[in-house]
Amino acid sequence: MLTRKIELMVGVFAALTIAAVLILAMNVANTGMSGNGETYRLLAKFDNIGGLKARSAVKVGGVVVGRVTAIELDPQDYTPVVTLTISKDYINFPETSSAAILTSGLLGEQYVGLQPGFSFDGIEMLKEGDYIEDTKSALVLENLIGQFLFSKSND
Amino acid sequence: MENLVEINNLTFSRGERIIYQDISMQIPKGKTTAIMGPSGIGKTTMLRLIGGQLKPDEGDILFKGESIPSKSRADLYVARRSMSMLFQSGALFTDMSVFDNVAYPLREHTKLSESLIRLVVLMKLQAVGLRGAAQHMPVELSGGMARRAALARAIALDPELIMYDEPFAGQDPISMGVLVKLIKELNDALNLTSLIVTHDVDEVMSIADHVYIIADKRVIGAGSPEEITQSDSPLVQQFLKGQADGPVPFHFPASTIKEDFMGSHQ
Amino acid sequence: MWLVDLGAHVLEKVQALGRAALMLVGAIVVVPQPKKNLPLVIKQIYVVGVQSLLIIIVSGLFIGMVMALQGYTILVDYGAEDSLGPMVALSLLRELGPVVTALLFAGRAGSALTAEIGLMKATEQLSSLEMMAIDPLRRVIAPRFWAGIISMPMLAILFSTVGILGGHLVGVDWLGVDSGSYWSIMQATVELDVDVLNGVIKSIVFAVVVTWIAVFKGYDCLPTSEGISKATTETVVHASLAVLGLDFILTALMFGME
Repeated sequence: MLTRKIELMVGVFAALTIAAVLILAMNVANTGMSGNGETYRLLAKFDNIGGLKARSAVKVGGVVVGRVTAIELDPQDYTPVVTLTISKDYINFPETSSAAILTSGLLGEQYVGLQPGFSFDGIEMLKEGDYIEDTKSALVLENLIGQFLFSKSND
Repeated sequence: MENLVEINNLTFSRGERIIYQDISMQIPKGKTTAIMGPSGIGKTTMLRLIGGQLKPDEGDILFKGESIPSKSRADLYVARRSMSMLFQSGALFTDMSVFDNVAYPLREHTKLSESLIRLVVLMKLQAVGLRGAAQHMPVELSGGMARRAALARAIALDPELIMYDEPFAGQDPISMGVLVKLIKELNDALNLTSLIVTHDVDEVMSIADHVYIIADKRVIGAGSPEEITQSDSPLVQQFLKGQADGPVPFHFPASTIKEDFMGSHQ
Repeated sequence: MWLVDLGAHVLEKVQALGRAALMLVGAIVVVPQPKKNLPLVIKQIYVVGVQSLLIIIVSGLFIGMVMALQGYTILVDYGAEDSLGPMVALSLLRELGPVVTALLFAGRAGSALTAEIGLMKATEQLSSLEMMAIDPLRRVIAPRFWAGIISMPMLAILFSTVGILGGHLVGVDWLGVDSGSYWSIMQATVELDVDVLNGVIKSIVFAVVVTWIAVFKGYDCLPTSEGISKATTETVVHASLAVLGLDFILTALMFGME
């Protein structure tokens, strides 16, 4: 039969595990999408996405507002279409907003930086499924070096 | 006389080796029956066959008139509640006290309250003289005491049939005397049917009502202890008197000495 | 003829697999009797889980510390020592936590399970349960099986958490990585529903396999001292190989296809 000691120790074991899960959930990991979990999608076309991947972050001024959930190639014009899934906590991006693929640090991971545009009369807000028109592609280091050498040799 | 267990024309083999060939036995209700024979002829196997842990190749085993081998698993478990077996090692659960060991079948198979279970367990332990050792763990018991504790567990549910597997093997004379007395008393007091498998001739002759001697895959002698002692079968006499050589050969079957020692096969 | 030997060997393995499957089905496909079985499971969680805590926590701490030390010396060359946090956390949560826990569990608890069940078989305790009309699969095998499945993921979570704290100890307190970036970059990189969850799923799969192997080897062993020792060795070897092989397959399924 069970003794008090066994029951107590199994209880301690369970409590330790719960504490560990809490540490993992609060200090170690992000819980995917912040906020209430409701999201909407925006689309953006880039000439070159560089090293962007699904699950890369979408940031506004450094604050994560969403994630890249899909990267596809438009079958008509062969440009990459990136699906940005944004938290419903951040709606009301004007149509004039721009998106750029940026790198955190020299060797860091790439993310999508959203720059909210000015809003004045006649400008509508971006809704589910809209395209962000103003986009800036990723900087590809090799291309930059190539351009640099090319302009050098022209001197 | 009514038979609790009937074994009819049973054949059993393990792999290539035939252990029983067309053997028949009757175990009468309320009596003590002994099965004797030399070591290694599968006496324990007979108990496992009766308990349904093994299935015979041919023939039938009837327990209370019902065939054991053809029972479904669930029916077999129902039948086993009215039989019980004392294993050679005792087979006490080493992680529980003696008390919990004896209480185990009661807790599993009855809905008795804990206070009632306590009473029953202490009664059974009293019967085997181990009430004082109720809180001991099995490892703290001597071999003889462990076997008595196992006996208390075996009678916990008041079975109709109790099978003893070599109950006297490896016991000192005092423990042996205690066990002989216990088996006899329990049989009379609880109106049990006892089946003892053993090769300890003297002890079993003093308590058995009926004796079977098995050798060479079949029954070589049967009857009351008096009839057996007066049997003129040389095989029976060799077994009872413990002669080294006789119809049961001293040598395990082997190729001739000449072949082995003169090296005809290299 | 070697072909005959091979055939016999394969047949024997297939038969053993069949027996193992039958045992598992017999043990877990039953009418639940929580009142009788729950105390048995809790007792076994104590035996396989609580008694493995010490080795798991100590190993987790040291592995986390060593990873921080090794990772730091590599990352600092690239000026990327701020990435120490995610490196330690991801390696632990995705790989080392589940795998090392499973290997330690096989050695610490699995071998003990095999030996215990084998000895119960050798001392006729299993037979005696059967003769008492009590199914040993339900009373002996099932509680140990469930306890293993419950305990191992808990141990793996503890292992990873302690390892991350150990990495902090060495990386931040000793080598001077900024505490803020250790946690914040880790937090930005590690995803609860991907990295943590997949680690736990791995751990559950390993728990099923290791515990299954351990109880089956005990239940199926030859009831002699030699048979039990062989079964115990086989538990550790087979369980470890199964864990490493399955880890590759699971990793490929979970993280291999982006």
